[in-house]
Amino acid sequence: MIDMQVSIGGLRLKNPVMPASGTFAEGLGDVFDLDRLGALVLKTITRAPRTGNPLPRVAEATSGMLNAIGIPSAGARDFLHDHLPHYRRWKAPLVVSISAPTAMAFAELAAMVDVPGIAAIEANISCPNLEADGRAFAMHAAGTERAVRAVRRATRLPLWVKLSPNVGDIAEIARAARDGGADALVVANTVLAMAIDTRTFRPRLGNVMGGLSGPAIKPIVLRQVYQCARAVDLPIIGCGGIATAEDAAEYMLAGATAVQVGTATFVNSRAMIEILEGLERYGAAHDLARIADLTTSGLFPSTVHKDA
Amino acid sequence: MTVPSGRHPRPVDEIATIVSHDLVNREYRHMTVRGSAALAAGMPGQFYQIACSPARADIPYLRRPFSLYAARPDDAEIEFLYKVTGEGTRSLALMAPGDPMRILGPLGHGYRLAPHWKHVAVVGRGVGLATLHPLVAAAHARGIGVTLIVSARDAALVPPLPTGPDGIEIHVVTDAAGTSDPARVEALLRDLVRQGRCDAFLTCGSARLLRVQQTLAAEYGLDGQVAMEQQMACGLGMCFCCVRDFRGAGGIVHKRVCWDGPVFDLMDAVA
Repeated sequence: MIDMQVSIGGLRLKNPVMPASGTFAEGLGDVFDLDRLGALVLKTITRAPRTGNPLPRVAEATSGMLNAIGIPSAGARDFLHDHLPHYRRWKAPLVVSISAPTAMAFAELAAMVDVPGIAAIEANISCPNLEADGRAFAMHAAGTERAVRAVRRATRLPLWVKLSPNVGDIAEIARAARDGGADALVVANTVLAMAIDTRTFRPRLGNVMGGLSGPAIKPIVLRQVYQCARAVDLPIIGCGGIATAEDAAEYMLAGATAVQVGTATFVNSRAMIEILEGLERYGAAHDLARIADLTTSGLFPSTVHKDA
Repeated sequence: MTVPSGRHPRPVDEIATIVSHDLVNREYRHMTVRGSAALAAGMPGQFYQIACSPARADIPYLRRPFSLYAARPDDAEIEFLYKVTGEGTRSLALMAPGDPMRILGPLGHGYRLAPHWKHVAVVGRGVGLATLHPLVAAAHARGIGVTLIVSARDAALVPPLPTGPDGIEIHVVTDAAGTSDPARVEALLRDLVRQGRCDAFLTCGSARLLRVQQTLAAEYGLDGQVAMEQQMACGLGMCFCCVRDFRGAGGIVHKRVCWDGPVFDLMDAVA
């Protein structure tokens, strides 16, 4: 029996498969047992309530989808009082994703959600649907380090930092997040994109621009995981177009310690379970003692070189 | 152990098989799908997320929502009536009997028949009638009298209607015959109310007819429910793309059509 456990900066997960923030809610618990997952990453919350972006919020793409949901959030207080108790029904470690407009606001929100029952904080410094032209902290090294440092000072919980793929040199951003005090990197958020309806001459998203996700972006983000893994000595959680166990194995070979599955769940609600079971079979077929060997044992040799 | 949301029936995600797939008129197709008994446990007003492509080819990428047209749990079969309108339904129309189909459901909250209702008005237009079809059967089975108002562009586009059962009165109104405008439907419904034959309005498929029923429900203090449509991605309340405006206690609120609906209280809907 292959050992499926992985360790993310001191946090031990029973397996490396978890949902990407914003692609999972309690309804999924009706389809399979959520406690089979390595962790549960909740939808990003903001401190104040937000209504989200105008419709349409989703547009189909080739092998993927565009979204500009815009983080509708009931606010931190409602989250703590109404939503969080709900998710405590599950035993899988809970990871709270947070977003804020300034470094100081990030710190304040991090302190608010640092409550019993939370296993880690994921700082979403990379949502492309909040600011004009998809701007986000994670597009610049200085902004990344400032936001991460502020959150780091506000909480002792393990801190995961979700990077943006919309950058020229993601290794530089990864180093900035590390220098700010990140315990792990989530690589990455959605790819800034857009679509136009040529029949109506209207944008196909109410927000005009949005984030592309799904299998269409997998090779791009896989490359970025590889670049981050070479740049920093932090655990990396790969996130981008993972739909099958082979996709997950590919990410782990590129340097990811764990994976997040998002859009795939929308088109196959059992995707995470199929990936988990498929990874077990894949590991067994390749005589691995531990699934973590994919990441750490140099099966894909380049990942062991650190260039900084 | 699994921690369910408390909803019944619970959805299943499985590979079912298309049993039949036929054109019923120039716009509507009827499809029968065989899966598990759990898949076929859908209630009137619930819906299913269907991968509209043969096998695992992911074109189109997203699943599409289809409301339940009929369910026969004993045969593990469900039926759908749909109209080809876009990439998803065009692709679905190419699938043939014997083809496997990835399908998730039943999903969402359906219509709830109140025990004190003696007679209801069921009002539908276009493909919205597919959603109302199992509701008519369920109401009839409970001994509730049904007046079914069927609105369509022309008589040839009236979908297959419940046939046979006594106690179901059917009025067909069409644009072609000039009988479908909201004022005429309102007069029809007002007569029903005055005759004491309308304890509730149950509707789908027309914003204009929804507004007529909201007016009458408010005027006479009657119950009502409406099934709403919205573009969806996940169908399970996760992605928040299918929100619509609804009237809530503190003003207008966003609700997810897939999770909070698709059937809502008549008076909460913003038409």
